[in-house]
Amino acid sequence: MDRELLWLIGGVVAVLLVSTVVGQVLKRRARTDASRETVANLNARITAWWAMVAVFAVASLTGGIGSIVLFALLSFLALREFVTLSPTARADHRALTWSFFVVIPVQYLLVGIEWYGLFSILIPVYVFLLLAARLVLAGDTDRFLERVATIQWGLMACVYCVSYAPALLLLDVEGYDSGTGKLLLFLVIVVQASDVLQYSWGKLVGHRPIAPGVSPNKTWEGFLGGVACATLLGAALWWVTPFSPPAAAGLALLIALAGFAGGLVMSAIKRDRGVKDFGTLLPGHGGVLDRIDSLLFAAPLFFHLTRFIY
Amino acid sequence: MIGSAVAGLARLIAGGSVQWAERPTAAPRVYFANHTSHLDFVLLWSYLPPELRARTRPVAARDYWDSSRLRRYFAGEVFRALLIDRGGPDARESVDRMAECLSTGDSLILFPEGTRGTGEEVAPFKTGLFHLCRAAPAAELVPVAIENLNRILPKGEFLPVPMVSRVVFGPTLRLYDGEPKDEFLARARGALETLRETE
Repeated sequence: MDRELLWLIGGVVAVLLVSTVVGQVLKRRARTDASRETVANLNARITAWWAMVAVFAVASLTGGIGSIVLFALLSFLALREFVTLSPTARADHRALTWSFFVVIPVQYLLVGIEWYGLFSILIPVYVFLLLAARLVLAGDTDRFLERVATIQWGLMACVYCVSYAPALLLLDVEGYDSGTGKLLLFLVIVVQASDVLQYSWGKLVGHRPIAPGVSPNKTWEGFLGGVACATLLGAALWWVTPFSPPAAAGLALLIALAGFAGGLVMSAIKRDRGVKDFGTLLPGHGGVLDRIDSLLFAAPLFFHLTRFIY
Repeated sequence: MIGSAVAGLARLIAGGSVQWAERPTAAPRVYFANHTSHLDFVLLWSYLPPELRARTRPVAARDYWDSSRLRRYFAGEVFRALLIDRGGPDARESVDRMAECLSTGDSLILFPEGTRGTGEEVAPFKTGLFHLCRAAPAAELVPVAIENLNRILPKGEFLPVPMVSRVVFGPTLRLYDGEPKDEFLARARGALETLRETE
């Protein structure tokens, strides 16, 4: 068992313990209805975090296979939420069935057998072509391009991008054992901490909206404070990575920026569809896609930067 | 064991939000729902607490569920379905068998539209629900609105497309003494439509 991995997980558990205590104190202190509601939502989120951390810790400790299965399942649940909110037609049924029961398993199988060449082009090239071919066979030309583009986008976001996260375990970095899953944990901790820190800064001092037309709750103060803190956190975690402290800070900064973009893009989709959340699976958070929206933008970027530089 | 696995799989593929107007009880009940998919009853059944699940039997068409070994296995061993003949001359006998089930303490899942629709509207109810209430006046009726299953597994498809659904269990209702057939069926169908519109 990797000692640094245990330290990382222990650190996350310690932060959660402190949050749980703080949440309970705030619950006693809340006086107005509005603050009670905010604190109840906060505590629901913390409870869900315990479950998410437990699942993720078990997956990490079982090594590569656990992470691959976990992220395949996350892709499945995310695509399921995405398709629910997409205006699909009856004629798309078979193409969608293929997307769930063939494309997802094959993409993660390619991670498992470490076939990087095909892994990186399967969905952007071959599924792109086959999906359009399958859809045209169904014979319905109404909104054809819109329908095929929507399904392709869902597969790129929910499957292709997410599969880069467990692919981090395959990276060949000189003098560093990627197979322990510490890079994956580094990515997930920085990206999720960035979300939480942006949310917290925004709640505490935020008042200038950064994208009022897309997400009224996101503020400049939240963005700057959250991204800065996430960058510092990334630097402080340099010891689990093959990077120097300044390089870890730089990568954490890029992870946080990509994550912010991901959250904003997914907000735009939700706004267009007239919903607040993609699902209800995670109390306080919404759906799986609401929780991993920043991860799916950050994972490919972090993977490629690490692969090309190290 | 197999039942729990099937329930878990149904929820993984078609699960979503579920709302209860009243807490589920063990009293013999007739859950009646709108019908658009073969997954309808599986999902409804999967949301019942396991101890109630074991005592709740879907009423299903014999011509479909008796037509292959696999279907027979699931209908008989997993769901303990009560298979009835659709549109046959023995409607009377079917109602009696359902009433008998209720009298032994089992609950039933029933689709009063009689067949699967496209999901846009709830078709007029067949009269079976009314005759069942006459034969078993003590039974509680629970309307259940099921949403989005017409997209998950529509008529004519074999494999589902996983999506998020919504299931709403409404407040119980009963047949009033002397309530005319058409009024009762309209009231029951109205209860289901009201549920479909709730947020």
